[in-house]
Order: sequence, then C-alpha cells, then structure tokens
Amino acid sequence: MPEHPDFLWRNPDPQKAYDVVIVGGGGHGLATAHYLAKNHGITNVAVLEKGWLAGGNMARNTTLIRSNYLWDESAGIYEHSLKLWEGLEEDLGYPILFSQRGVLNLAHTLQDVRDSVRRVEANRLNGIDAEWVEPDEVKKLCPIVNTSDDIRYPVLGATYQPRAGIAKHDYVAWGFARRASAAGIDLIQDCEVVDFLREGNRVVGVRTTRGDIACGKVALASAGSTSVLTDKLGLRVPIQSHPLQALVSELLEPVHPTIVMSNAVHVYVSQAHKGELVMGAGVDSYNGYGQRGAFHIIERQMAAAVELFPVFARAHLLRTWGGIVDVTPDASPIVGKTPYDNVYLNCGWGTGGFKATPGVGWTFAHTIAHDEPHTYNAPFTLDRFVTGRLVDEHGAAAVAH
Amino acid sequence: MQLIECPWCGPREEVEFHYGGQAHVAHPENPADLDDEQWAHYLFFRDNPKGLFAERWSHSAGCRRWFNAVRDTVTYRFHTVYRPGEPRPQEGPVPS
Ligand SMILES: Cc1cc2nc3c(=O)[nH]c(=O)nc-3n(C[C@H](O)[C@H](O)[C@H](O)COP(=O)(O)OP(=O)(O)OC[C@H]3O[C@@H](n4cnc5c(N)ncnc54)[C@H](O)[C@@H]3O)c2cc1C
Ligand SMILES: [Zn+2]
Repeated sequence: MPEHPDFLWRNPDPQKAYDVVIVGGGGHGLATAHYLAKNHGITNVAVLEKGWLAGGNMARNTTLIRSNYLWDESAGIYEHSLKLWEGLEEDLGYPILFSQRGVLNLAHTLQDVRDSVRRVEANRLNGIDAEWVEPDEVKKLCPIVNTSDDIRYPVLGATYQPRAGIAKHDYVAWGFARRASAAGIDLIQDCEVVDFLREGNRVVGVRTTRGDIACGKVALASAGSTSVLTDKLGLRVPIQSHPLQALVSELLEPVHPTIVMSNAVHVYVSQAHKGELVMGAGVDSYNGYGQRGAFHIIERQMAAAVELFPVFARAHLLRTWGGIVDVTPDASPIVGKTPYDNVYLNCGWGTGGFKATPGVGWTFAHTIAHDEPHTYNAPFTLDRFVTGRLVDEHGAAAVAH
Repeated sequence: MQLIECPWCGPREEVEFHYGGQAHVAHPENPADLDDEQWAHYLFFRDNPKGLFAERWSHSAGCRRWFNAVRDTVTYRFHTVYRPGEPRPQEGPVPS
C-alpha cells in the first residue's frame, strides 16, 4: 500500500456563511466539492459531515466500478464516470489503486443469456466495451469459477467489460478531500445538519449541531439519510432506505483475477489489493437505518458463493458490515433541481453509486454552478416519477453494484 | 435472526416472512379523478421514517396471511403486530 502524504486536509471551524453548503461528506459530496472548485472556480464552499469524512457508504462499499448498464441514460452517466476514473489518479495527484481487471456478469438461464447479449449490443452502440463470452472463456478469465453443468445454476456464459475494475475507496475519498481542502473548501466533520432555515421558496441556511450556517445554495449528498433531511424540507422523495451488507475473507494468495457478479444466485466477488475476497449480495428486504442487516442474507450469499467458487469452502470469513442505501422505484438515481429555488438533490444511487463518484461530482457541480442539469444528469430528475420517464434499471442491470 | 410474531401462528423465524412495505396505503377512492402528480404519489412515494414505521408483512412460508406491524427502523425491533383491518395501535410491546 502506498504511504499517505503528511497532509490530507485542514480541519476548520465552520464560518458564518458560504456560497454553497454540501450536506454529506461521502464520496459524492467530496467529489462535488472538488469539481465545484476545479471546473467552476467556486470555493466558498463547506462540506458538512455528521460523522467522520467518508465514513458512511463510501467506507462500506465493495468498490466495483463498471459502466455496462442497459439504458442510454445510465450508460451516459456511468461511462462518463468511468472515463473520469481512468484519469483520476493524475487529476487528484493521489494513488487510488484503480485496477481495471474487468467484470464478468454471469448468465444462468436462457433468458439471462438473451438479456445479456442484448445488453452487450446496447453497450457497444453507446461506445462501451462489452463482449459476450462462452463458459470456456469465463474459465480462462477466472479459473476458479465452477463451469460444470451439473450445478443448480450452471454458468451459460457471461458479459465481460474489460475496463471495469475496483479502486481503494478510502483513498478515493481522501484524494478528493485533499484537493478540495487545498482549493480552500472547508470540510467540517462532526457537524450534522438537523434542519433548514427557509424564506419562502429558498433555503437561507442550515441548522447544524455546530450552529446555524447561512448559505447561497444547498446541495444534498447524504446517501442513506436523504429522507430524514427531505422530510425536514417537506419534500417528498420516492426513496426507501435499506440495509446492504458486505463481507471479506481472510487474506489469500491471488486467486481471483477479475470481478464476478451473478444476479440469479446473487453474489458478487472481487479480490482486494491486499488479498481479501470482498463479497456482497442484495439488500435486506425491509427498511432500515441501523447500518447492519440480517444474518440469513449472508448465509444465502455464502451458499451461492461456494457453489460458484467451490474453492471458497475453505476460506474463513473475517468480518461483515452493513451500510444504508437509498433505493428508488426504478433503481436509478435522482440528481438535479428541487421545487426549492436553491436546493439541489443527489440521492437514490441505491447499491451502485460508488462507481458514479467522479461522474456525479462532475455533473452535480455543474448543476449547482449553473442552476441547470448537466446533459448526463438531465434524465434523472425528481419529476420523472410524475411524467413516467423512468429509467428502469431494475430489470436491465439487476444486481446494481 | 429475529423472531417475528405472526398474529395467527405466533413467533416464527424471520426467513418465513416476506416484507410488503408501508401499511395503510389506501387505493384511491375515485381513481379517475387523480392527476398525474397524485397518481405518482400513490404509486411511487412512500414514507421512509427513521424510527417507528407501520408496515405490511406476509407469513409467506406459514399461514400465508398478510398482517401489519409497527417496527423501529433503527433497532429493527417489532413493537407490535396486528391484523389487517385493525387500526394502527399505539406503540407498545408485541402481544404474546
Ligand atoms: C455494502 C455496500 C456495498 C456497495 N457496493 C458498491 C459497489 O461495489 N459499487 C458501487 O458503485 N456502489 C456500491 N455501493 C453503493 C455506494 O456505496 C453508494 O451508492 C455511494 O457511496 C453513495 O454516495 P456517497 O459516497 O456520497 O454516500 P456516503 O458515503 O454514505 O455519504 C453520505 C454522507 O452523508 C452524511 N450525512 C447524512 N446525513 C447527514 C446530515 N444530516 N448532516 C451531515 N452529514 C450527513 C453521512 O454521514 C455520510 O458520510 C455499496 C454500498 C454498500 C452499503
Ligand atoms: Zn402465520
């Protein structure tokens, strides 16, 4: 692992007022701050974080990055993000251990195969690298996958996106934080926004556990806690918060050269830089804010993992944890303006928003700076639930990480 | 794994149940009168409280009946369960 620089970010006390207040110091809030400074020259900005920087979902996710989504709208924003990932280390001047080791999305039924091939073709039309690979090629790309045909969900092939990968999530957050802080943006921890100060259709300040702070614009990037804040604004958003769990094994020799995901048996696996197997499954069915989930979800996920990767039967589970993700009815994010003149919303990334970190920071900063959507976030408005222009990735991309 | 109290069968393991989201969401009485905004709210918008939440559960691997529960979304603890048609009770312990 690379050494950290001596200096990461300043730790200032909040000032009385800022042009822009970003609520939530996760990856999205920090990336937004960075691009506000870098692309728009806006630096009178505070990022307010109730806990410690990037200690929410940013610290808990399984770091899978890909852009092989079906719909054009999703392909647009995730591919924009992937291109940014490809230059991010240089932009931030910070190691983020971005490793483009490719992702296999397995198909287990004839319908899976058809849907997968359709998605590959759609990806290609959008200029996204994607291939359909047969079981013997799956075996070449990841030799430990069980491709025998006598298992309950045999592997009938997979889609493969070679440019997909993983990155070191903490370093990504710290890299953004370091650059934003150096640009003059205040990153303020232990500072929970508990209410909003309103004048008509504007929010003129936020009430925090460290006092009131006036602001010109407010941007919400508070994944998992979005509804708690929007309830304070009297703004209804179509979000349900669910626990999502992940886990790691002990350190192992390199055995798993790619990322493998399976929607049907619901497990996905990659091997972290140090050697842990990192795994996750789907969300717990019920709403929750407890940052933990049910044990039977892990049991099922382990059963699926051992069937697909028999060699894992000998691995020890080291730790499990949960995050809280905000899920929308069409499994797509909500990014953009709100009925308030100067309040901007970024939420609903559900189980898959880590990969969007640079992309959403870029487009959300644009939206905040210009008071209008960026081309890539324009389809993800709050009013799509009224107009019916949903971007329904549930069926299309299933396991949404 | 937690035990969930089915109002008909008594306490059973969580894996026997299916989650049905917010309770007491009434179908519009005069659907034709709703505008797009109202339809959107009926279809897609649900409460998402941090704390007590009245929600629907089905004992899908048991008696297969639906019932309601008031559960805390922070601790995940069930405070009370009640049968469909019954009003949402005040918070209190699960009857045993
Ligand atoms: C187990 C798990 C696995 C995942 N795997 C993947 C994956 O492989 N790939 C992928 O792309 N995505 C994945 N995700 C999803 C991804 O982590 C999220 O979509 C993404 O992190 C959300 O954006 P964020 O980074 O800003 O959120 P967060 O890091 O959660 O940031 C929100 C911040 O807001 C703060 N906050 C909340 N309320 C307030 C308040 N009132 N005042 C001040 N601060 C507040 C929180 O403390 C938090 O730090 C996963 C998530 C989980 C939980
Ligand atoms: Zn029952």
